[in-house]
Amino acid sequence: MMAKYIIQRIIYMLITLFIIASATFVLMQFLPGSPFNELGGKMTAEQEEILLEEYGLNDPVPVQYARYISNMVQGDLGVSFQYDNRSVTSIILDRLGPSAHLGAQALVIGSILGIILGMVAAIRHNTWVDYSSNVIAVIGISIPSFVFAGLLQYYFAVQWRIFPPSFWEGPIYTVLPTVALMIFPMAICARFMRTEMLEVLGSDYIELARAKGVSNNTIMFKHALRNALIPVITVLGPMTVSLMTGTLVIEQIFAVPGIGEQFVRSISVNDYPVIMGTTMLFSVLFVVVILVVDLLYGLIDPRIRLTGGKD
Amino acid sequence: MRQTKLFLLVLTFILTLVLTACSFENGTNNEDAQDSSQEKDAEEQLEGTEGENVLRISSTSDIPTMDPIMAEDNVSIQYTDTVYEGLYRLAPEGKIVSGIAKKEETEVSEDGLTYTFHLREDAQWENGEPVTAHDFVYGWQRAINPDNKSFYANYLMSGKLKNAAEIYGGDLEPSELAVSAPDDYTFVVELEKPVPYFESYAAFPTFLPMNQAFVEEQGDDFALAPENILSNGPFKMTEWNAEAGWELEKNEDYWDAENVALDGISVKVIKEADTALSNYEVGELDRVTLSGAQVKDNQTSPEFNSLAETSVFWMKMNQASESAGEEMQNLNFRTALAKAFDKQAYIDVVYGNDSNPVNFFVPENFVEHPETGEDFQTGSDVLAYDVEAAKEAWNTAKKELGFEEITLSFLSGDSDVAKNISEIMKTELEKNLEGLTIETVNVPWAQQLDIMREQDYELAVSGWGPDYKDAISFVDLWITDGENNDISYSNEEYDELVNAAKGELATKPVERFEAMQEAEKIALEDAAIAPIMQRKTSVLSKEYVKGMDQLNPFGNDYSFKYVELDK
Repeated sequence: MMAKYIIQRIIYMLITLFIIASATFVLMQFLPGSPFNELGGKMTAEQEEILLEEYGLNDPVPVQYARYISNMVQGDLGVSFQYDNRSVTSIILDRLGPSAHLGAQALVIGSILGIILGMVAAIRHNTWVDYSSNVIAVIGISIPSFVFAGLLQYYFAVQWRIFPPSFWEGPIYTVLPTVALMIFPMAICARFMRTEMLEVLGSDYIELARAKGVSNNTIMFKHALRNALIPVITVLGPMTVSLMTGTLVIEQIFAVPGIGEQFVRSISVNDYPVIMGTTMLFSVLFVVVILVVDLLYGLIDPRIRLTGGKD
Repeated sequence: MRQTKLFLLVLTFILTLVLTACSFENGTNNEDAQDSSQEKDAEEQLEGTEGENVLRISSTSDIPTMDPIMAEDNVSIQYTDTVYEGLYRLAPEGKIVSGIAKKEETEVSEDGLTYTFHLREDAQWENGEPVTAHDFVYGWQRAINPDNKSFYANYLMSGKLKNAAEIYGGDLEPSELAVSAPDDYTFVVELEKPVPYFESYAAFPTFLPMNQAFVEEQGDDFALAPENILSNGPFKMTEWNAEAGWELEKNEDYWDAENVALDGISVKVIKEADTALSNYEVGELDRVTLSGAQVKDNQTSPEFNSLAETSVFWMKMNQASESAGEEMQNLNFRTALAKAFDKQAYIDVVYGNDSNPVNFFVPENFVEHPETGEDFQTGSDVLAYDVEAAKEAWNTAKKELGFEEITLSFLSGDSDVAKNISEIMKTELEKNLEGLTIETVNVPWAQQLDIMREQDYELAVSGWGPDYKDAISFVDLWITDGENNDISYSNEEYDELVNAAKGELATKPVERFEAMQEAEKIALEDAAIAPIMQRKTSVLSKEYVKGMDQLNPFGNDYSFKYVELDK
């Protein structure tokens, strides 16, 4: 049953990806400008014509589309325009590492801290612990991460010189960007966790467990935490993708050679192959994560049936 | 059962961490870890370059390409110059000096059509092979080969080097480019017409020698990673991590290695100006380029310096505009626009640094009179900021054209700088010219270039930086139907002077020089464009950095060969 379900899901995923690839390809045709104009207007129209011809950009759009899709199916994403002769695959692989590394660190630490914070707040409901956890959560959600990034860099790197201000040369270099990046997932987790925990703790089965004399720890970790985790997993899934694929601002501030920055720039310089490549990468990650999240639901709460519950 | 599930969860997390944690090491670009010994080398060299005598700087972008013929941007041109050496190279004060070719021995035929370069015999590639005239023949032929899609080869060679245009157009084979090597150390170039600034070409990356065996062996990987680059210049690349930075080490096999002061150069990619400044402040960088408000904040620092560029900016008034072409063709109308805005205010608002407001379009301190050595630019006040004169011209234009109110569109980019430009121009022009309304149009840079090329605009700010040391680079811009003349300015007298400078005066340097000065004067009197400023770059630089206090007039900004750290 499970295998059939997964295969079915994978087929849907492939269809989704195909639609995304086609839509991106069409939208890209509407990008203003040309990929060959870094020269500030020195390139003449004839020269540009030669390049467009050379790269097959003068062919009718359907021809370009068919060529692109068939190459992509064979695993060839083409070569970049802005980085002469560099393959899109190698650009993505080079840049994805640091972004995924930072994202994973921020996600793991952020969500664990957030869950703890939320739990504590729920348990110590309406005390100063709860209030301060709430304040932290609101600050974390409402203030954008680049503000934290700037502050962290200014104080911890420039003023107090505890951490290096930027670059990507070892674990110590990941501290500040990780902290800046984890505040948002932490705040979100804390908020969701607190609300859910309060609801779960007030429910009948917890009352029953207490009445039966189950120890407080068992109630918290075995019953309450598990039930409260479902909404947290739901928000963490998509967040995983956005964290792992990097954020433009954090990467710029800490000079991290990540993929988030690459994606934005490839659009502004009309580097079509890189735009397609990164969009497809993000899409693949996204649909995979959604599948994983769905599977995780079943693990955490066996009441959620993947196959629709007919059997 | 429950425990297995929990275990799976934990395992997933751990796997994610492990899979992503290996991203610091083996960063030597694409094919990392393919050869462990090579990697060890790189590590050792990295340690070697962290010594006292290493210049630490930043770059706002990764190097788009290390293939010299594909280099089109500042960063690529800077670092190809650093690892390679051509016939000549740029030295401090913008001087062009001997490189692989001995400049004092170069022979130029009387008609200016044949250049014979004599190469030094002690220059070698990183792999120990000598640098010969055949390497230049190959390098130049490779550049103009249309399959290689080099922009600059076509731009600089076509119509100047014999057969270049035909080769690029696909009518002749690259081997028919009129360059030859009569012997290993003599390199002969034949031109289609005299090119008075050919010296500059000899120092430009498109004209570098290439080791054919090496290039062909690398195939598609050529120049993609340090091991795919064969240096013959003052430095060699030892490490290059995509988007993070690169390391250069002094090339001990370089023929003039004894005159290279630095042991190495360490470059980090930093896109955010504030991050670069923070790194400078904590001592991670020896020098940093300032931008925006940083300039004002640091202007009083003893480490502050401003370096003059050879880029000049002006406002274009499109005489072929469909909507306002008739007005733009009126001299008084253009003069009024050109004199009605405060250039100093423009600089203060847009750059906040000490760039020079100018009333000309051929930059100062760029080229000198071939005999007297005086600067080309003698200054002009025809188009100086003068509200009274502007108003007078405006009123005359109103009468001549019969309008009381007019709306003009002002095209600019969508970056912060570009938006500031449209704001200040709107404010200044509307304030000083009665009845004028400026409508600002902000579009992405790529689109702006398209619109300007199609001449579908009325007013726009634009600039130019030269690719060789000759005033013709600027003066040629406004020739009738010229490729870059997107303002449709046309003046017969001007055309005659420019054509003479490009043709029959090529071998008469003094007359040619004066003809170009005269041409600029005519274009200014015609208010062909409205000059604004000659830009400066502001930097903070530690006192011990010597030899970086000037920008080169074209090509690579700095000549690292001559930079010293006086710690």
